[in-house]
Amino acid sequence: MLQLDNISKTFGTRPALADVSFSVRDGRMTGFVGGNGAGKTTTMRILLGVLASDAGTIQLNGQPLGAEQRRRFGYMPEERGLYPKMKVREQLVYLARLHGYTPAAAGRNADGLLEELGLGERRDSTLESLSLGNQQRAQIAASLVHDPQVLVLDEPFSGLDPLAVDTVVDVLKQRAANGAAVLFSSHQLEIVERLCDDLVIIADGGIRASGEREALRAQHSAPRYEIVTTGDLGWLRNEPDISVVEFDGGHATFDAEESSSAQRVLRRALAEGDVTSFTPQRASLAQIFREVI
Amino acid sequence: MNSPTAAHPSPRFTQSVALVAEREITTRLRSKSFLITTGILLLLVLGGVIAGGIFSKSVSTTTVATVAALSSDLSNLPGVEVTTVDDRAEAEALVSDGTVDAAVLPAESGSVSPAVIIANSEAPSLLVQWMSVSPEVILLDPEMGSTPLSYIAALGFGIIFFISGMTFGPMIAQSVVEEKQTRIVEILMSAVPVSALMAGKVIGNSILAFAQIIAIAALAVVGLSVTGQAEVLSLIGAPLLWFVGFFIIGFVLLAALFAGVGAMVSRQEDLGSTMTPVTMLIMLPYFAIIFFNDNAAVLTVMSYIPFSAPVGMPMRLFLGTAEWWEPLISLVLLLITTGLAVLLGARIYNNSLLKVGSRVSWSEAVKG
Repeated sequence: MLQLDNISKTFGTRPALADVSFSVRDGRMTGFVGGNGAGKTTTMRILLGVLASDAGTIQLNGQPLGAEQRRRFGYMPEERGLYPKMKVREQLVYLARLHGYTPAAAGRNADGLLEELGLGERRDSTLESLSLGNQQRAQIAASLVHDPQVLVLDEPFSGLDPLAVDTVVDVLKQRAANGAAVLFSSHQLEIVERLCDDLVIIADGGIRASGEREALRAQHSAPRYEIVTTGDLGWLRNEPDISVVEFDGGHATFDAEESSSAQRVLRRALAEGDVTSFTPQRASLAQIFREVI
Repeated sequence: MNSPTAAHPSPRFTQSVALVAEREITTRLRSKSFLITTGILLLLVLGGVIAGGIFSKSVSTTTVATVAALSSDLSNLPGVEVTTVDDRAEAEALVSDGTVDAAVLPAESGSVSPAVIIANSEAPSLLVQWMSVSPEVILLDPEMGSTPLSYIAALGFGIIFFISGMTFGPMIAQSVVEEKQTRIVEILMSAVPVSALMAGKVIGNSILAFAQIIAIAALAVVGLSVTGQAEVLSLIGAPLLWFVGFFIIGFVLLAALFAGVGAMVSRQEDLGSTMTPVTMLIMLPYFAIIFFNDNAAVLTVMSYIPFSAPVGMPMRLFLGTAEWWEPLISLVLLLITTGLAVLLGARIYNNSLLKVGSRVSWSEAVKG
């Protein structure tokens, strides 16, 4: 587990990060969400040791994070970068070797990744000859080629077509399933919502919310339920401890402070007829985001 | 944490440096422009050696008319073509109509010299020297002969240093900017220490430059031997070795500075202005050598200034005006300066590598 505590950073007189604390857990995808200039890239650069923080500590599995452990980090910077005139496979092998791999092991990893990401046929093409989407895939491969324990990806999905997003999502999920801690930032809230297990929301250099996605959603949701039945829900108005928000024949939306009240409603609805849908209404990530920043 | 793969030890610093250097070298060796430049440079050296060979062999011949009594002596003189005549009148006729350059005839009895030279307007110096009684000459430093070839060879040091510096220096700077411009530098920095990056770049490009200079030196040596100019070889042999030594250290000095200034900009287009001060450090010694190659005082000073020493000191050694200990002192000065330049270059490199956008100012780059 990666734990950041009270990280602060100032550029000149402009504070970029103030007391940033959150954790990235092993085997989980952590979405890192914030507007432009909120401090996502700065946080990630500090995590990677590319920038030094002014204050605060970072620990990996309870140990202070040092250069040695950072070698097992995979990083995809927001500003994409690989050698334009170098062949894709060669770059991957080079990067893996910089991380301490033997040429043979580096080659195996590179070949496996290129296949996985659908770049197998382009392995000997120079980066600049690839389409933009394929360059992005190569970039992802570059951050994964040394089997990192911790993945830090700054906007990994920007510039990807929907198919490529799916490919990359699969690859990242698989890494997380293998035990890697994955931290990724994105502007595309619906992707984050679909993908992340945990969520960190940053604004103006400070963490506004962090934790498990579902817990955050529950925390930021009104206790609202939607119910659809084949019968008429007219009786709903007379139920105690709930307030009906919307009502239209067999379809209704209501708030219930206690979940037991909601369950009681469901039981009665089942007794009255068939229930086709009963859904707790959870706040979407976009709603939470707007609420906290 | 449980990782599915075996833990890989972090590479040692030297391994990282070697990897970066290796990439620099293989990338260069694949670039057509680099191979073409090297080819042209080698051709220039080869051409110079061959031209020197032709130049030293084309000694003009002097045609001389003489009588039978003197003809055997004269024909032993190198560069003399003898026409035997019967008497003085015939000889004079040949001289005046320009068939021969001069005539040599036995002197009238009572003259101090054994023969007289008859020529139209000027007696060939070759003949005058042959007949003059020269005082005995003892040369204390017989290698200090100044032939046109010596000038060419000495200038060669300057040109080679100049060309190498001007090719590899900006190449290093460009390769630094490329990494900054394409932003791969962030990925590299997360994998290896910044100092390993810079060291790898400097060492990789330096090795290429050394290989090039050694190829040039080897070509010059082989070329001189093959074209029968072995005596030139014995003249420039030692200075050539010194030159290689000075070159290696002097090049690292330039390479470190170029790496530093390269890190100060984010786009290739901005490179020209930041490189200017370092480029000047190559250009000025080069032009000074051309303009002051016959000025002993200037040359002496230049052979100690670290930036011009790689050219100035071998040149003085070649001219034979340097004591044996002088190159050693100059070399130590160069080593110290190189050490300082590496520190300065590394500092600029470290401070500037992540600063993107407009050019990093010198004060910001140095102070951080």
